Amino acid sequence: MSVFIDKTTKLVVQGITGRDGSFHTEQMREYGTNVVAGVTPGKGGQRFANAVPIYDTVAEAVSDTGANTAVIYVPARFAVDAIYEAADTGVHLVVCITEGVPVLDMTRALLFLAERGTRLIGPNCPGLISPGKAKVGIIPGQICREGRIGVVSRSGTLTYEIIHQLSSHGYGQSTCIGIGGDPLIGTNFIDCLEAFEADPETEAIVMIGEIGGTDEQQAAEYVATHVSKPVVGFIAGQTAPPGRRMGHAGAIISGSSGTAKEKIAAFERAGIEVMKRPADVVALLEKRS
Amino acid sequence: MNLHEYQARALLKAAGIPVPDGEVATTPDEAEAVAARLGSAVVVKAQVHAGGRGKAGGVKLAANATEARGHAQQILGMRIKGLVVERVLVVPAAKIASESYLGVIVDRASQRPVIMVSPAGGVDIEEVAAKTPEKLFRVAIDPRFGLLPHQAMALAFELYDDLGQVRQAATIMQQLYRVFLDAGGSLAEINPLITTPEGEVLALDAKIVVDDNELARRSSIAALRDVTAEDSSEVEARNAGLSYVNLDGNVGCCVNGAGLAMATMDLVKYYGGEPANFLDIGGSSSPEKVVAALRIITRDRNVKSILFNIFGGITRCDDVANGIVQATGQMKLDRPIVIRLTGTNEDLAIEILRKAGFEALTDMDEAVQQAVKLAQEAA
Repeated sequence: MSVFIDKTTKLVVQGITGRDGSFHTEQMREYGTNVVAGVTPGKGGQRFANAVPIYDTVAEAVSDTGANTAVIYVPARFAVDAIYEAADTGVHLVVCITEGVPVLDMTRALLFLAERGTRLIGPNCPGLISPGKAKVGIIPGQICREGRIGVVSRSGTLTYEIIHQLSSHGYGQSTCIGIGGDPLIGTNFIDCLEAFEADPETEAIVMIGEIGGTDEQQAAEYVATHVSKPVVGFIAGQTAPPGRRMGHAGAIISGSSGTAKEKIAAFERAGIEVMKRPADVVALLEKRS
Repeated sequence: MNLHEYQARALLKAAGIPVPDGEVATTPDEAEAVAARLGSAVVVKAQVHAGGRGKAGGVKLAANATEARGHAQQILGMRIKGLVVERVLVVPAAKIASESYLGVIVDRASQRPVIMVSPAGGVDIEEVAAKTPEKLFRVAIDPRFGLLPHQAMALAFELYDDLGQVRQAATIMQQLYRVFLDAGGSLAEINPLITTPEGEVLALDAKIVVDDNELARRSSIAALRDVTAEDSSEVEARNAGLSYVNLDGNVGCCVNGAGLAMATMDLVKYYGGEPANFLDIGGSSSPEKVVAALRIITRDRNVKSILFNIFGGITRCDDVANGIVQATGQMKLDRPIVIRLTGTNEDLAIEILRKAGFEALTDMDEAVQQAVKLAQEAA
């Protein structure tokens, strides 16, 4: 088993003919993901790489191919409608890679998704990968290995760094999930912790947070009360100044709230071993197992 | 993006919220003229993107136009938290019977807009939330239906007993929520919302923070950006598609990805150094972006060593290597550089760098330790 995606994933790519969409569709197919359709309005009837049928709408793509998961690479100004469009077809999972979705749009979109029971990962995220089974998004497949560690993170390249540490020390991953760097996201730490706890193939969990908001603090409480598997954590942004957005829209200390210090303290209170640096991940996992 | 107080006031006023008269001045002469026109005691207020303006001496009461001129002379050009004051707002000194707080934010926990009021206005609302949370009243708004009239009334009753004032405040809440939506805000705040001895409810100070992701579709809001109020390197970085925040340390950092950029800064600190900046060159990094990044980092004279930390995924290591070679061909690099690259096209990148006389590392910890050591030796 794995979390959220696996061999049964049938993927439709929204924005398949764009620069990012086409590049990453190639990468996902190379990795073995079952990409069954693409969508670009106006290019319906064509084929991507002489293989994947392209449709004008997600609805047509889903009804023709039985796609059950959608991934979004469209430009920011179209992204929120792409989320609505995917959710309206009944796919159970939507992964939005696009960065730049206005947060007020997300306040409405999240209610729309909740009513339909659609899971959204992102926006502004690298997506997810279940090594050896499928990847949806942009996480480089070659750094991952099949195994039993679940990884969940608000970041992209920092996650790659930690996956790389794990893989090169013989620790493969069950699933790695990048939940995104925006203030409002569809799937949060707790959703992923719950899924990893329930997944028999996941033996331990690595949780990578950063400054801004209180998701990590709530996740820590959840770990203390609901998670029996070992969890190790990392928080980026100990040296970040208050009131400044550190790249991610969500990575900002507001007043005195959302600091790395309070998140690390919450992790420690919940019995989560906290890495001082990314290179510590393997040593902490070995200590906990 | 932060709006200035005078810009936020103008948006409130346009939405029908009662805001006292007042005008912006950029010279002491103008400030004197505005004060003379207002014909009363005035307050001269520095317009900078920094909190604590009053404590820093950036807000001053003047009994008449001549005094206003003197205050403007002092305040214009002063630095508040490193930012030079280019403008002052001159407003009539209000007679205040009571001060309250009114704000709308996007609340991350409830994932909705939340409107907040407190009868303890005029002070930092965070302090109220921390010390006297029973004086802060919040309502989560369903964004599909907006702020409902009864919600606004219920909140207004927490502020006032007089029904006339309650109704005025409830109307102001609806107007503020409209401004918040129309500006694409992540925060819109009136602090203080005052009552005058005559019973009128007025917005005395306003603050609006706009979600940067809204600017592409709101050109009139985007046009309010005041680049003179920002760090010039940060402006240049934004124009080049980079995300940059200037800090006080001496190890200049150039990283791909925000999380890794923060983790790199933290690791600099872990090994006893101080980061000079946050810099994310983003996902698909062209050589041009790397050139711009190096130009911005080296302009900071506090920087004693430069650290590249690249984890190639979408970012190709060879693109970054080419950028470094191109940049150092254009400008003489007078400070040591430590380069760490791993991931996509790593071998190609190392080859490109070797040919140009640079060494490249693949381990993050080793690179950070080297950069910290070099900075300490140069300091």
